[in-house]
Amino acid sequence: MTPLSGAARPEALEGAAKFTVRDLDFYYGDFHALTGMNIDVRENSVTAFIGPSGCGKSTFLRCLNRMNDLIPGTRIDGTITLDGEDIYGPGVDPVDLRRRVGMIFQQPNPFPMSIYDNVAFGPRLHGIKKKEELDQIVEQALMRANLWKEVKDIMERGGLTLSGGQQQRLCIARVLAVQPDVLLMDEPCSAIDPTSVQKVEDLMAELKSSVTIIIVTHNMQQAARVSDETAFFLQERQGEPAELIEFGRTAEIFTSPHDRRTEDYITGRFG
Amino acid sequence: MGKRWANRIALGVLWLCGITTVLVLGAVILYVFVRGIGQITPEFILTRPYGVNAEGGIGPTIVATIYVTGLAMLITTPIAVLAAVYLAEYAVQGRLVNAIRFAADTLASVPSIVMGLFGFAFFVEAMGLGFSVLSGALALSFLMLPIVMRATEEAIRAVPRFIRWGSYGLGASKWQTVSRIVLPSALPRILTGLILAMGRAVGETAVVIFTMGQAINMPFTPLDSGRSMTVHLYTLAMEGINMDAAYGTALLLMVMILFFNLSARWLTARNRKVKE
Repeated sequence: MTPLSGAARPEALEGAAKFTVRDLDFYYGDFHALTGMNIDVRENSVTAFIGPSGCGKSTFLRCLNRMNDLIPGTRIDGTITLDGEDIYGPGVDPVDLRRRVGMIFQQPNPFPMSIYDNVAFGPRLHGIKKKEELDQIVEQALMRANLWKEVKDIMERGGLTLSGGQQQRLCIARVLAVQPDVLLMDEPCSAIDPTSVQKVEDLMAELKSSVTIIIVTHNMQQAARVSDETAFFLQERQGEPAELIEFGRTAEIFTSPHDRRTEDYITGRFG
Repeated sequence: MGKRWANRIALGVLWLCGITTVLVLGAVILYVFVRGIGQITPEFILTRPYGVNAEGGIGPTIVATIYVTGLAMLITTPIAVLAAVYLAEYAVQGRLVNAIRFAADTLASVPSIVMGLFGFAFFVEAMGLGFSVLSGALALSFLMLPIVMRATEEAIRAVPRFIRWGSYGLGASKWQTVSRIVLPSALPRILTGLILAMGRAVGETAVVIFTMGQAINMPFTPLDSGRSMTVHLYTLAMEGINMDAAYGTALLLMVMILFFNLSARWLTARNRKVKE
């Protein structure tokens, strides 16, 4: 075992830790899915989770906004803190947490309602009713998601009438409208066309000055392009829990990984 | 050569069996249409029957039918939809839920004459509601409940989980997700279930004959008795009073039910188009 395995934090990086994860184990019923995860996610940066399919990247991502709570029979050990506060602590409402930690999914999932109502959905949930206020939030969110120019004249059209890439940016706008601190993106580009991928990647670079971004991706080039730090996940044997093998600056992970398994994966020897 | 012929014969038999369904429906509709169309006049629809041979119209029976179906609808919808929401979204899947589903399915297969008898004993006699639109509506709602409940449950389950997750991901609570995202998305399919259940209620005879009575009067309050179109049709035909009026009634009844079924189809088709 290399000293980096599991508790991976190669060197002090500038910027405060947004998420701090310590000794995390995760179970789906009897199935032990993740073990011994330790990671610090730096504020206002892009962190990429890479690894072969089924290695627990998405499961780990969903621990960070307690989305796994929605799946019956799931359980975690260890701690996850957001800005120093234990998100699994007593008195933490997962509903409030999810407003602060927004999520984008693989499949663009606009609600079956107008573009405007999609973006206004979150603010309305949290009690904003005034038309002018909503108009302003919707416009700002769509601008931040680089979608405003394309949709400003068709706001009453259904969200599902947009193209796949536009739908994904609409979903990003919808999340931005509730002003999250963190954006979790679960393979956000795997179901959209290449031009849209470019747009979403540009968007991440723009957003990271104000939002901490964590992206799960199958695409190593994408991880190399967009992220500041990269974490490599691996389930070594079927039936055993997945582990965090290595975590560090993206440039380092891709040029001089410390762990043999990381090197094998990024040079395409398996996966 | 032999193979080709076998293929042709098989195809022919299949085609014949398929077409039989259409022919049976066509024959019934055509027969009722030919015998009944002569009766359909504004007077027949609007006026009340008179005289020993029930001449005149069937106005009150149309009103009673719509009245009792509408009332049954009002009773059924909230219970069925909320029960389905509970089953699909909240209940811990297990024995109780399976028991509820089994009960609903069994309820749907209780012979309607038995349901009528129960309605008579319970609503008419024990609860003292008498032969009334209300008794009829309550008994009919028993019949509609499982249909609407299962349709709603399936509609709710058909809402993709990605859409729910989108809502939860924005910090929506469970109830906010169910009421603002899941139910609106499921609405077209729920409506389809409701319409089919209404069609079933409009065509129901045994239940209403036991609970709403047979008196031909125009019902005003829910406690008035009334005669549904089906009961009117039954009485006219079985007692041989006025066969022409019976066919006229039958035709109107079929038009109503056809209308319900076509609306359901239209809703389903439109829903499919929106999804694509």
